[in-house]
Amino acid sequence: MIELDTLRKSYGDEVVVDDVSLTLETGTITAVVGTSGSGKSTLLKLVNRLVEPESGTVRVDGTDTRALPLTELRRSIGYVIQDNGLFPHWSVARNVGAVPRLLGWPQDEIDARVSELLELMRLDPERIGPRYPHELSGGQAQRVGVARALAARPRMMLMDEPFGALDPVIRQEARAELAAIQRRLGATVLLVTHDMGEALSLGDQIAVMEAGRLLQVGTPAEIVLSPAAPQVRALIGEDERGFRHLALLPLAPLVRPNRAHVPTGGAELGEPLAAGASCADALSRMIWTGARMLPVAGQAGEPPGVVAIEDVLAAGRAGGPQTGRSGRPDGVGSGCDGRRNRGTGR
Amino acid sequence: MRQGGVDLLRLGLAVVGVAAAMALPVVSVRASRIAPPELRWLAAVLGPGELAAAASVGLAALATLVLARDARVRLAVALVTVAGLLVGLGQLAAALVPEAGPYARIAPGPGAWLLLGTLSLFLTEAAAALTLGPLGRLGLGAGILAGLVSLLGSPMLASLSLLVEYRNRAASFWSEAAQHLVLAGGSFAAALVVGVPLGLVAARSRRVGRPVLAALTAIQTVPSIAMFGLLLLPLGWLATHVALAATLGVRGIGTAPALVGLFLYALLPVVGHTAAGIAGVPAAVLEAASAMGLDRRQRLRDVELPLALPVLLTGARIALVQNIGLATVGALIGAGGFGVFVFQGIGQTATDLVLLGALPPVALALMAALVMDALIAAVPGSAAAGRARSGSAPEVAA
Amino acid sequence: MKASLGLAAVTGAFLAMPGAFEPLLRPFAPPGGPILYDRASLAGLAAAHLLLVAAALLPSALLGVGLAIWVTRPGQGRVLPLARAVVTFGQTLPPVAVLAICVPIFGFGALPALMALFLYGLLPIFESALAGFGSVPVSVRTAADGMGLTPRQRLFRVELPLAAPLILEGLRLSAVISLSTAAIGSTVAARTLGEVIIAGINVMNLAFVLQGGLLTAALALLLHEAFGVLADRARPPGSTAHPGP
Repeated sequence: MIELDTLRKSYGDEVVVDDVSLTLETGTITAVVGTSGSGKSTLLKLVNRLVEPESGTVRVDGTDTRALPLTELRRSIGYVIQDNGLFPHWSVARNVGAVPRLLGWPQDEIDARVSELLELMRLDPERIGPRYPHELSGGQAQRVGVARALAARPRMMLMDEPFGALDPVIRQEARAELAAIQRRLGATVLLVTHDMGEALSLGDQIAVMEAGRLLQVGTPAEIVLSPAAPQVRALIGEDERGFRHLALLPLAPLVRPNRAHVPTGGAELGEPLAAGASCADALSRMIWTGARMLPVAGQAGEPPGVVAIEDVLAAGRAGGPQTGRSGRPDGVGSGCDGRRNRGTGR
Repeated sequence: MRQGGVDLLRLGLAVVGVAAAMALPVVSVRASRIAPPELRWLAAVLGPGELAAAASVGLAALATLVLARDARVRLAVALVTVAGLLVGLGQLAAALVPEAGPYARIAPGPGAWLLLGTLSLFLTEAAAALTLGPLGRLGLGAGILAGLVSLLGSPMLASLSLLVEYRNRAASFWSEAAQHLVLAGGSFAAALVVGVPLGLVAARSRRVGRPVLAALTAIQTVPSIAMFGLLLLPLGWLATHVALAATLGVRGIGTAPALVGLFLYALLPVVGHTAAGIAGVPAAVLEAASAMGLDRRQRLRDVELPLALPVLLTGARIALVQNIGLATVGALIGAGGFGVFVFQGIGQTATDLVLLGALPPVALALMAALVMDALIAAVPGSAAAGRARSGSAPEVAA
Repeated sequence: MKASLGLAAVTGAFLAMPGAFEPLLRPFAPPGGPILYDRASLAGLAAAHLLLVAAALLPSALLGVGLAIWVTRPGQGRVLPLARAVVTFGQTLPPVAVLAICVPIFGFGALPALMALFLYGLLPIFESALAGFGSVPVSVRTAADGMGLTPRQRLFRVELPLAAPLILEGLRLSAVISLSTAAIGSTVAARTLGEVIIAGINVMNLAFVLQGGLLTAALALLLHEAFGVLADRARPPGSTAHPGP
């Protein structure tokens, strides 16, 4: 567990981080969202002490970070930045093995770790390892940057706009990859982004920051359903709220047995929706195909079911103006508690 | 750098200044212009009352320079202090003349020079803190020059040895100054006339550009004295074998080889920067110009040249500053200029004569740099000019 | 590269056996006058010339790079503008003037030349080292800190290797200027190849001018080329060649 406790930092008269407290549970992703100049990057740098706070403390598993030697602290925390910061004069393999080398690992262990990480990042160690950063595509360089941050098995990762330099298609892929890797390694991640969509899709916990202050901290559903301030609402996008919410809702609880014998599959409707798909996936397919009911693949060998457009819309409205904030949709909606779906379908 | 409100950098400078005035000799007295110097410390040349007065004024000035928060105040105090120091040295020299004799030379000693250097760092520091634009710097430079000239012309400094030396050579000083300007300016103008079109060609065609720039870089690398020496050969041959050349005044020794050498040195910055400036025009702008229906000539005249102008002028600045310095070497092959005094002075071991030849080119080069900077800044949209300078062609020749 | 090796071979041959080149120089010598400079051996003068340059360049390199490191460390922000202003000012100073001004201070001989070369050599090295450290991307520096490199490790493993090509470009510039200024140093009685040129001008022996001038030019070109090769070697793999036009 990592606790940021009443952190404050100012430059001259400008307070960039103003009395911020935030707790990161072990093994979760916390996304800090804010516009540029909101102080979110500074907040991140307060954690590995690239910036020293004026007041307040950061505790990692109860230990004040100031009690640790600076370099030891930083070597134990993975750090990923937007322009990846790869050392241009070192090969990919040497970049990835940098922190283990600083920590004095034996060379064969470093080599093994580098290969393991490159494979984890779906980069061929034989082919990519000896290359230099300028020979990599943007997506590859970003993955090498993540691999480098993971090299010394950090308990925690700090990520400052890690996908900012990527084009939209690769960005989607990179997000899915990060989510998968984080689940596998169980690291605690603090991620900074200006993109609410990215925060909602990755974060277990979202912290919205503005002018150095935290406006709201909550689960993605809480942020979407009950934004605590106009700035939060603006970041979500007033007209996109419905879709944002649907994207957070797993489809599974809405699936009914296929009593109406809706045709499953076929050229028009396409393959059944994956069992782990979100409500947004279902609605999108319905809009595109014109179908009011869609087949959904069964979970773990069960027969396929169906989902109806009425149920999807009702689920999406849950928490909206019609049903009130704490309201739940009647009947089938009991599973849609806003806990975000981390299934593989996304 | 700030601790308890005191700027450590400025405090350090002030300590150096005080140490220079107290621990080093401030005046050098020579029995004649080529006699060895006899050094005098401040305490030895001033009476107790005068010493106390000078020390309190000096310390007050330094304290203001360290403590004043407003850079304008520091700039003004630094200027006044420099002027005061010069006048003080002049008065000191005048007071020492009766004792030292009619042929004696009285000059600032190491301590005074170091103090002047420290004060100019204070001045630079204040000017840098004001972040003056190029026009502001030009104005400041012109003001300092005007002040310096009027001080040098006034009777207050007349007893200092450099001015004594100047009075002995006033006539030749101005004729050599004119010759210096002819050498530096003439070769510079020729380099512009030839270099800009050459740069355009180099920008259009890599096949021409690469060998031309490689050759010009090699030329820049050749030491000036070797270049001038080697040019004696072909021009000497021309003068003896071609009657027209001789009637035009071309001789192996003198102005012609110096002009040719300086011209060759000036080509690289001009050609290189012209080519870089043209090549640096964004492709999107060129495409837009073509799409709007500009033909090649119009595109060059209305788009490429104006956009390349700041970079081109940066090359011209390098060439001009470099030529003003290099023209000094021309005296070695009989081309005249301020170098005449430098090398004569070296030959006679006459310090004052050396300085009489060495200081004016320094002042000229500084003024040329300030004027060119202002010119570059005056080009519309010249924000790019400053950036282009850091990646510019190397100044090699010396 | 091939041309440089050829030039080096010819220069070496001339320095080793100047007598073999006498026939080539004969047409330029005055009738009956000496063809080869006879007051000192050309090889000795060339060695003294290069030694003078090396002796001035080494301390200016150490001091110039050291100063650049110092002013680019965090917390030295106040020094940087002053350093830049001094550098800009210094670059307008003609090297000959610096040499001349060193004479009254340090007397005649090698010392004023050495001091002038040292002082003037500082500027390009300092400036290019500043540019070199400035060229290290902020993201790379932040990454180095964030990964837990100590300030020392950051300097020696990341910043210096990345700044090295530009530092070497500055050294190259300083070396060439120093070689040239050192030749003029012969007017203040420093022992360099400039002595041969000046003697040739004084007695109007063009053979002297030619051998002194060509040797000095060859040394300058070779030095320029040698530092160019070093700078290219120091460039991180894959980055594009020379900056500037």
